[in-house]
Amino acid sequence: MSSGTVPRLHRRRRSLLEKTLADLTQALEQSLFAEDIARQRGLLQALDPRVKVISILALLIAVGLSRSLPVLLGLYGVALVLAWWSAVPMGFFIKRVWLFMPFFTGVIAVPALFVTPGPALVALPLGLAITRPGATTALFLLLRVSTSVSLGVLLMLTTAWATLLKALSVLRVPEGFILILGMTYRYIFLLLLTAEDMFLSRKSRIVGRMTSADERQWLAASIGTLLDKSLHLSSEVYLAMQARGYRGQARTLDTFRMSVHDWLWGVAILGVAAGMIWLGR
Amino acid sequence: MSPSSVYQSVQVLFRKIPNWVKIYYAALGIWLTTTAMHIPDGYLSPATCAVMFVVMLPFWYFGLKKLREKLNARSAPLVALLAAFCFIIMMFNVPIPGGTTAHAVGGALAAIILGPEVASIAVSIALIIQAFFFGDGGILCIGANCFNMAVVLPYVSYAIYQAISGKFPVQSRRRVAGAFLGGWLALTLAAFFAGVEFGIQPALFHTADGTPLYAPYPLSVSIPGMVIPHLLIAGVVEGLITALVVAYVQRTNQAALEVTAQPALAAEVGTFRRLRLLWIGLAVLILATPLGLLAPGTAWGEWGSDELTGRGLAFVPQGLKQLEGLWGAPLAGYDLPALGNSSLGYILSAAVGIVVIGIVAWLFTVLLTSGRPPAPKEQA
Repeated sequence: MSSGTVPRLHRRRRSLLEKTLADLTQALEQSLFAEDIARQRGLLQALDPRVKVISILALLIAVGLSRSLPVLLGLYGVALVLAWWSAVPMGFFIKRVWLFMPFFTGVIAVPALFVTPGPALVALPLGLAITRPGATTALFLLLRVSTSVSLGVLLMLTTAWATLLKALSVLRVPEGFILILGMTYRYIFLLLLTAEDMFLSRKSRIVGRMTSADERQWLAASIGTLLDKSLHLSSEVYLAMQARGYRGQARTLDTFRMSVHDWLWGVAILGVAAGMIWLGR
Repeated sequence: MSPSSVYQSVQVLFRKIPNWVKIYYAALGIWLTTTAMHIPDGYLSPATCAVMFVVMLPFWYFGLKKLREKLNARSAPLVALLAAFCFIIMMFNVPIPGGTTAHAVGGALAAIILGPEVASIAVSIALIIQAFFFGDGGILCIGANCFNMAVVLPYVSYAIYQAISGKFPVQSRRRVAGAFLGGWLALTLAAFFAGVEFGIQPALFHTADGTPLYAPYPLSVSIPGMVIPHLLIAGVVEGLITALVVAYVQRTNQAALEVTAQPALAAEVGTFRRLRLLWIGLAVLILATPLGLLAPGTAWGEWGSDELTGRGLAFVPQGLKQLEGLWGAPLAGYDLPALGNSSLGYILSAAVGIVVIGIVAWLFTVLLTSGRPPAPKEQA
């Protein structure tokens, strides 16, 4: 489920080309927007990325473990406070989650209102009734998913990608894996631009509307070409790495330093998470 | 039982499903297929997430180890580029009948071109980047998402592709058929596993009064809810894209298909032989799940509290013991029209699905091998 950050301008039915182009551009815009916020001054931006990753994970686990709706609401409140303190535009932060929630989790939660067995809360015509456990379980799902998504968005928005990758090493992710993650991240943008070019050049050459079968055929050809390009590029990158002395050992620069500020905030957020786990058990 | 009486009883059962349930599920199915199979956080309990993460560790560890042995220093840029490629593929809109579009995962294609280990690591990395940087799929759920899309999808599609076309030349049309069936069936199986992960939640994790804490539907609803749309649409899209790209690669760059067709790598197929027991086990599991539904008290995942602690689960709800007497009550409630019929829909879908898969696989083999030269040589 991709939840967009950029409002769709065209509501008419768009061709496959336009749709994919819009998706590709949106991915680029989203990452630029995230980098923008990551550069602002704010609470989470100033935190050591390792502390931030662990804090957000602790909060996510608290959200996952909670068996109480008020505690879940409280955790959503914590996410809102952290967002506000980190200069994340609040309108965007709330809309990003709640605009798309009804379409995915909402759709899935609705039948649970009726089919979960239990005493009726609201009786409806046609012999249907919203049951009390049904309403509770739907609320659990909605609140849990939206709070988790909020925390994920918060981590994504307040950390520069490269820093976040390096911070993953505290989670005992092997260096080789982090090297690949970093390279993937870098080449996603190159391939995004390549794909965008391919789609744009195709779009500029067609006048009418393509049939679905033609579109699929063309799509397969572009995927094949892109695959070819990626494989070719990988051997070029390998040669370039070798030329610079790469022998298969990954080394990442680790220049993080924990300050008093990091310790204090880390302990505070972990404390809140632990408290919430205790309250929500 | 004669076929006509089976057909009649199926019809009677189908008529019992209320119309609003049918319409709802049709709409839900169509909607679900236009989204990828990324599970967001909140649908699975942290315990399930942890278990799935632990399940993934050996796949990652041995996958990376194998890459290092096979490709040594080359592996990093190759996997990185392939992961970036999978990431981009997941954004491509594939037109499907009805004017909407769906997304392919690309895991089957990656497995066919570079083997399942590389594909598994590459898709995992694409999924991790999506979870951390694009908010697609949960962070705690990374293990579950990687298992469905980066283990089941590449390994199963590769096994099917090799089984159908491994012994045939790279330009053979069987390769295209193998790619289609591999992508289609493997994604459907991945959806099945996602359905199982959702479906065990309400039985294992609920409040004292039985209110589910996470994904609210039992296996009887979650499995058909995931499997049917993927069997009919999303899996077909994955298979179609895989097959079309393989056909394109056959025309333009046959060498790319030879990587997984080399003798050295053909030995890998041998590991699938060794893993045959695992595949048989999986098949038995799939076939046995609908049987479990026939006896509601023993449905898969609905273990008693003693069994739960036996399984080392720390989240056995307090007082489940006292509640076990009541445990029959919610289950009896499952005889209510909507749910009772959903479990029925599940049995139907499983049966229909298996029959359809069998027929289509047989048709493909017959259609594509008639008038084709036989395999050059049989490998024992």
